[in-house]
Amino acid sequence: MQGLRMVLNMIDLTTLEGKDTPGKVKQMCYKAQHLHDSYPDLPTVAAVCVYPSMVGVARKELKDSMVKIASVSTAFPSGQAPMSVKLEDTRFAVGEGADEIDMVISRGKFLSGEHNFVFDEIAAIKEACGKARLKVILETGELSTLDNVRRASDIAIHAGADFIKTSTGKIQPAATMQVTYTMLMAIREHYDRTGKMVGMKPAGGISTSKLALHNLVMVKEVLGEQWLTNEWFRFGASSLANDVLMQILKTETGNYQSADYFSID
Amino acid sequence: MWDYAPSLESTGHIDLKESYDLYIDGKWVKPSSGKYFETINPANEKVLAKVAHGNEKDVDRAVKAAKKAYDTVWSKMAASERAKYIFRIARLMQERARELAVIETLDAGKSIRESRDIDVPLACNHFFYYAGWADKLEYAFPNRNFEPIGVVGQIIPWNFPLLMAAWKIAPALAAGNTVVLKPAETTPLTALKLAEIIELSGLPAGVVNIVTGFGDTGAAIVEHPEVNKVAFTGSTAVGKHIQRAVAGTDKKVTLELGGKSSNIIFEDAPIDQAVEGIINGIFFNQGHVCCAGSRLFVQESVAELVVRKLKQRMDSLYVGDPLDKNTDIGAINSKEQLEVINKYIKIGIEEGAEMYQPNCEIPSKGYFCKPTLFSNVAQSNVIAQEEIFGPVLTIQTFRTVDEVIQKANNSPYGLAAGVWTDKGSRIFNLTTKLRAGVVWANTYNKFDPASPFGGYKESGFGREGGLHGLRAYVKLK
Repeated sequence: MQGLRMVLNMIDLTTLEGKDTPGKVKQMCYKAQHLHDSYPDLPTVAAVCVYPSMVGVARKELKDSMVKIASVSTAFPSGQAPMSVKLEDTRFAVGEGADEIDMVISRGKFLSGEHNFVFDEIAAIKEACGKARLKVILETGELSTLDNVRRASDIAIHAGADFIKTSTGKIQPAATMQVTYTMLMAIREHYDRTGKMVGMKPAGGISTSKLALHNLVMVKEVLGEQWLTNEWFRFGASSLANDVLMQILKTETGNYQSADYFSID
Repeated sequence: MWDYAPSLESTGHIDLKESYDLYIDGKWVKPSSGKYFETINPANEKVLAKVAHGNEKDVDRAVKAAKKAYDTVWSKMAASERAKYIFRIARLMQERARELAVIETLDAGKSIRESRDIDVPLACNHFFYYAGWADKLEYAFPNRNFEPIGVVGQIIPWNFPLLMAAWKIAPALAAGNTVVLKPAETTPLTALKLAEIIELSGLPAGVVNIVTGFGDTGAAIVEHPEVNKVAFTGSTAVGKHIQRAVAGTDKKVTLELGGKSSNIIFEDAPIDQAVEGIINGIFFNQGHVCCAGSRLFVQESVAELVVRKLKQRMDSLYVGDPLDKNTDIGAINSKEQLEVINKYIKIGIEEGAEMYQPNCEIPSKGYFCKPTLFSNVAQSNVIAQEEIFGPVLTIQTFRTVDEVIQKANNSPYGLAAGVWTDKGSRIFNLTTKLRAGVVWANTYNKFDPASPFGGYKESGFGREGGLHGLRAYVKLK
């Protein structure tokens, strides 16, 4: 139960579609703060995650709420755009009021061995973020080996990432246990060497409470309890929240309720 | 704040009798001495059941039954029919896998995670594997004439009670022999459950006989004149005793004895993976593993890193109730063994080695031991020479390949070794030079029925598992 509530509080409620509308973002922002009002004292999610063009809408809705606004940037999801555009993309999102930036790395450059380029790019975006925290999406589904995942994690961490994140959610496979474990080990290694914490965000494919709890156990075993807050660990997910709500209510009442009793926003 | 809630495997579904007799000639018979001994759960010291103490007379009955079954039924039966019985035993074991796993955990103290995921499935697989060989023996020994040996006496240890019974019984039956088996006195229950399964399978009476008891029971099996072969897994001391006992007879013998196996980590190894391998190598089954990777050799350039990561990993091991699905390290098998382990830990401290144990709590009742690591160890330390048979790891560093080969081979034992490196050529170089029966590359404690297992030097002789395992149960002409 404690674990389930923690999961809720770690979710980045996400909508990243070409067909997103201001209306949909508004609804999601409301849901983010009122997960299931018929059950009192539930935590809110950690953040909402939207495209840069929707940051303004979300800011207006969330005002001074504790729920943060994360915006994807740098030509999400492909990252296939010139540097100037990526920087502008990032500055725009921050200017609109984003608290967090989820950037994608240039996988093509990484795979062709231009690791310096990837490093410099992340460092430049980090600078453009200003006060906003930077999550670096490795898109592990395109990196093909765990060795690459580890290398990309190390590059992102050294270039100044506040969080490393598995996937855009647009490519399969996304946040598998193996990939998340590899990235957690990179974070652990960095912490052991420098004493600096880096956050972790598995995204894509974690849609059930059970899988989310598996992830929390992994974080606890690899990194320790200090990572078990939404400051250092997030789930990028669109449908996880309702499954967790369903499990919480089941634990409370002893009965599973129909999915129709949980709002889809 | 973040302890896991216990997740106990239920024991409600198991069927344990208050007392068990001997399984001889297809029947459950009382021991002629009338004596029974108690077998306890080492995790809480509670009595699980009473078990018959078989003596010389009982062993004689069992051997005679095995001889009769061999002469009249088993050696005359078509090999394809033999195979069907072995397959049937395997399937019945699978059907009762959950019960067998829980009883194994209760009786031996090993974690349910291991008995459920390793011991029982592997035991079933051994029966399946050798069932397949039964009618294909001419392909196992091409261009040779062969025949079964006859009555085999088998004595098995307490560390993998059911699995060792499977390792012994399955190839013996497949090759056409009949069996008298004695399980260890601290862990007789799964062998007795196996006897129930064998009874249920309709295997002809006397083909498999299970005689429980102590060392004297085992000695009676070894010394019985009508036993044609002795297969023993256990300590090197007892192995030597058996060698002496069969001297001058034409009994065949295979011995799978102790070990002090080396696990070698090179600087180019995938370190995180290697650390998992080291942990599994030494802490698997509380270190009660004859091939446990109890001597760790780390190349000096990565020694500090490996030791730091090892300690970190040890901190996240769960020591406690073996029935809890979260538990990594269960109970030490017996009070005697716990005393042995503690004796060695004391010796290690006295020898000046640096000890590390995680700061975990262990249950107040039952026999438990924290995972333990000794660094700053020399080849000449007792803890680096003698088999401890517990969760105790010694760490030494090395610089060159030649040095580590020399050190790894510098042991009276030679059961297994592990090599961790990214270089294929180095793996092949080491596998040919290490004097060990099994050499694992970038893994450890990996078992498969198709893969032979056995030792060099004082770790014994003969191979179990795979095609090689059949060789020990036939006479080639």
